Amino acid sequence: MNSVYYGKLIFELSKEGRCGYSLPKNELAQYKLEDMPQNLMRQEAPALPQVDELTVVRHYTNMSNNNFGVDTGFYPLGSCTMKYNPKINEEMCNHHAFTRLHPLQNESTVQGALEVYYNLQNSLAEISGLSEFTLNPFAGAHGELTGLMVMKSYHLSRNDAKRTKVIIPDSAHGTNPASAAVCGFDVVVVKSRPDGTVDVEDLRPLLDDTIAGMMMTNPNTLGIFEHNIAEIAKLVHEAGGLMYYDGANLNPMLGMCRPGDLGFDIMHINLHKTFSTPHGGGGPGSGPVGVRAGLEQFLPNPRVVADEENMRYTVECKDTALGAVSGFLGNFGVIMRAYSYILTLGKENLRMVGPLATLNANYIKECLKDCYELPIEGVCKHEFVFDGLKDKSTEVTTLDVAKRLLDYGFHAPTIYFPLLFHQALMIEPTENESKETLDGFIEVMRTIAKEASETPELVKTAPHNTPVRRLDDTLAALKPVVTYAELAAGIQ
Amino acid sequence: MSKIVEGLYYSESHEYVKVEGNVGFIGITDYAQHELGNVVYVDMPEVDDEVSQGEEFGAVESVKAASDLMSPVSGTVVEVNEALEDEPGLINKDAFENWIIKVEISDASELDNLMTAEAYKAFIGE
Amino acid sequence: MTYKYFPHTSEDISSMLGKCGLKSLEDLYQDIPQELVLNRDYDLPEAMSEVEVRKMFDELGQYNAQLKCFIGAGVYDHYCPSVINAILSRSEFLTSYTPYQAEISQGTLQYIFEYQSMMATLTGMEVSNASMYDGCTATAEAMMMAVANAKKRNKVLISDTMSPIVTRVVETYAKFHGIVVEHIAAVDGVTSRQDFEQKVSQGDVAGVIVAAPNFYGIVEDYTGWADLCHANKALFIMNCNASALGVIKTPGEWGADVAVGDGQSLGIPMCFGGPYVGYLCTSKKLIRKMPGRIVGATKDLDGKRTFVLTLQAREQHIRREKATSNICSNQSLMALYVTIYMSLMGKQGLKDVNALSYSNAHYLADKLSKLDKFELAYPDKPFLHEFAVKYKGDDIDYLQEAMLEAGIQFGLKLDNETLLLCATETLTKDEIDDAITICEGVQNLKSDDIID
Repeated sequence: MNSVYYGKLIFELSKEGRCGYSLPKNELAQYKLEDMPQNLMRQEAPALPQVDELTVVRHYTNMSNNNFGVDTGFYPLGSCTMKYNPKINEEMCNHHAFTRLHPLQNESTVQGALEVYYNLQNSLAEISGLSEFTLNPFAGAHGELTGLMVMKSYHLSRNDAKRTKVIIPDSAHGTNPASAAVCGFDVVVVKSRPDGTVDVEDLRPLLDDTIAGMMMTNPNTLGIFEHNIAEIAKLVHEAGGLMYYDGANLNPMLGMCRPGDLGFDIMHINLHKTFSTPHGGGGPGSGPVGVRAGLEQFLPNPRVVADEENMRYTVECKDTALGAVSGFLGNFGVIMRAYSYILTLGKENLRMVGPLATLNANYIKECLKDCYELPIEGVCKHEFVFDGLKDKSTEVTTLDVAKRLLDYGFHAPTIYFPLLFHQALMIEPTENESKETLDGFIEVMRTIAKEASETPELVKTAPHNTPVRRLDDTLAALKPVVTYAELAAGIQ
Repeated sequence: MSKIVEGLYYSESHEYVKVEGNVGFIGITDYAQHELGNVVYVDMPEVDDEVSQGEEFGAVESVKAASDLMSPVSGTVVEVNEALEDEPGLINKDAFENWIIKVEISDASELDNLMTAEAYKAFIGE
Repeated sequence: MTYKYFPHTSEDISSMLGKCGLKSLEDLYQDIPQELVLNRDYDLPEAMSEVEVRKMFDELGQYNAQLKCFIGAGVYDHYCPSVINAILSRSEFLTSYTPYQAEISQGTLQYIFEYQSMMATLTGMEVSNASMYDGCTATAEAMMMAVANAKKRNKVLISDTMSPIVTRVVETYAKFHGIVVEHIAAVDGVTSRQDFEQKVSQGDVAGVIVAAPNFYGIVEDYTGWADLCHANKALFIMNCNASALGVIKTPGEWGADVAVGDGQSLGIPMCFGGPYVGYLCTSKKLIRKMPGRIVGATKDLDGKRTFVLTLQAREQHIRREKATSNICSNQSLMALYVTIYMSLMGKQGLKDVNALSYSNAHYLADKLSKLDKFELAYPDKPFLHEFAVKYKGDDIDYLQEAMLEAGIQFGLKLDNETLLLCATETLTKDEIDDAITICEGVQNLKSDDIID
């Protein structure tokens, strides 16, 4: 990343008559598009740019220089698991024998692809302690929705239609209640105790025969392991509900703990977090969903199954399935990367991921808790939350600290989440970061704490060394300008 | 310290209603606008829509938050404050002056379910 | 213990543990009840070197076959310019996340803004997001948008000429969300106007979903449909082939409220079904009902024109169970494929792709319809690059098998006498001629002659 702002739009580089493509000659030009009925055709060509190839290459290269990624520097964005995205995964997912496969081509011609899918299903089942997986969901949120659909299908299959509520902790990510609502459930909130874990006494009275299940992450969004999990699962099961595990925080569990063994019935995994596939500026992700034995029949169509007798894989649709949540077999390119990751690490290295990620988080926490407010003491898992600076007299906010970090070449942690604390600063370092990187970050965080006391204006007006300075959010929301056409018309 | 106007009725979800005859002017309180920050959008119902006490009739949106508007009374919308379409920030300038909808109240007895200025002041802890 | 992705030496680990007041890595898990801790290795293979990983995928790849693609059905084998992969591999784009910190994410924010602008002009709509996973889920999101917009109605109509692959997903979402989906009948390959008029006039419909071109490749005439929807307070939603929008009448021109579909046809490799990007475009009036993330222009403290995520308050992380959708990511990287593709192609390139595909498909259709055992399923209907053909020969499976032998995926079998065929600009005349020769050879074989 550089600090010089590029800032041009491709439309501003356009010149009538330029082009950036080459296509084969039309050998069959006697069949003319112009013969289509004109009332079915668009009257005006789209206002797309006209640019030559090098201009396009330079434009996007320059643009990329205003971006910060994991390869640029430390990216301790809490709850997002910004781990290293191994290059071998990229090479494998671009393998020529896979990228040009049509999803509907004859099964006998995609056996290699189906084997990758099948093997990853089974690997995830082993890692999570569940029975079977579907890899079809496209993202974490999509996995949540799919998992909740499994939950609903299960109750409906037992003619138990009165179970309309899902219990969600108040510390949960907003996606949990949103997914529940999209799935047609009502949300019941269970409170956290001061140590951030679910209050079992608050949970008890919520449990009755209208509860479909409970959604949890473990460790929770504060990075704290829910040590009462066995009791919680028992209570929910006794009430006839199912336990849903949000895999957002699966990374510290690798090698140490399996959601299936904790009493969870359904879960999703974010391949773009725990299994190292790149976040791509927000996507594509992948959100495989796993279930315990007895729930497999509800997993969405299509399903990949092994026909061991004939040594082949087949794609099946089952009547008992909840339906389909995707056109085909999910984000296959992401599945390829995750499988490459599991093969590369193998069992002996996969088991180290959790402990090393957890060590890094605890190390940062211990090194900074004298200058940042640590609301919950004790061992955390892969991440933890500070409630802003320890010195509250400076009026320097968590936002200011985050912006100042950018000046020092670090990505900011997640801020203002979870909502339990007003100045939340959520730090997740991942297992790939060296002690030197962590020490560098710690030193900068301490420097910022000092600046906040001594030269608060410097922090409150940060960042100073980035391509652009703080942006006007209110202007953007008040008069939304969301296309070049509006921009060119000078609407703002 | 938030401004509170005497003589209005207040709801726990921070709406007020100013009653003139059988018409009520409904808006959000100064406390609510302060909590929200810069208001960037007000989602309003249409004239002739029915509203009911305690039920959603629209939403106010700031950069970082959005809050549903709950009607403090039941009735029929007779006017919406169109000035807020162009300048939603008016709510931040004066939340009591810039009401959101004007409603013909269908059941005046519902006002008994609302708080007085004094009770609302205690409710928000000021 | 050294491993390429784990930088800590054993000294690092012991000094860091010391700082935490702990002795071993296991101590980091002392808060977990012992019976819940996994006390064994995973039952998985041991680590592979890069040499071995490459060999593994090479070997798996041998069980796949790259075929000449006469199949579409929602996924199209279009030309993908080499520039795209070169740019896509830039780690500044690849390894970043959602642009929360706008000051160090202008690259992502700018290309999403460009993407939104391009999709808006392509669909003839005013705004676009970059957040949909694929065309199927984008259509389902549009359905939920219509129901949220209508407030008290929960019925949606979907045309029977919609791809069943899309309809299947829409119906799954509907079932769980509590939406009633009714079908509008198809007559002779197009949506029945009479059935549509009758159903939408009931006054309880929140949205109407149609396709362009439809599943059978036919470009339908939707004159007056939007007006009738609006007269009945329903949203008119069009699912369109993105590439085809370079030439066919746009949702904007038809008066649609929401345009959705898959962006795969704009430069994204088929990659066995994903990842792709769904597009969802709408009017400014409905922008706050639109799911996903939106990038808007603004200024920084120095007055520079910059870009930022905006209208976030309506999203799931703020609205929780009241959000209009649970979508939380951008499908950014896939939107970048589309953005670079459209930058390179421009308006002329999109037209050329459509013209070439049109020529290839119409040549194929023309040649096939001259054979004894083939006839077009809907001979009077206009199509671009995809069409249904009836096969009157004895065994449609044998025809497809014979094609496979020759390295050809000859369409999608719809039933025992119908194939959905497609030809894009990536096929040559020779390849089409080869397929036609096979058709000629196979069509007169009797079932008895065919030995598996």
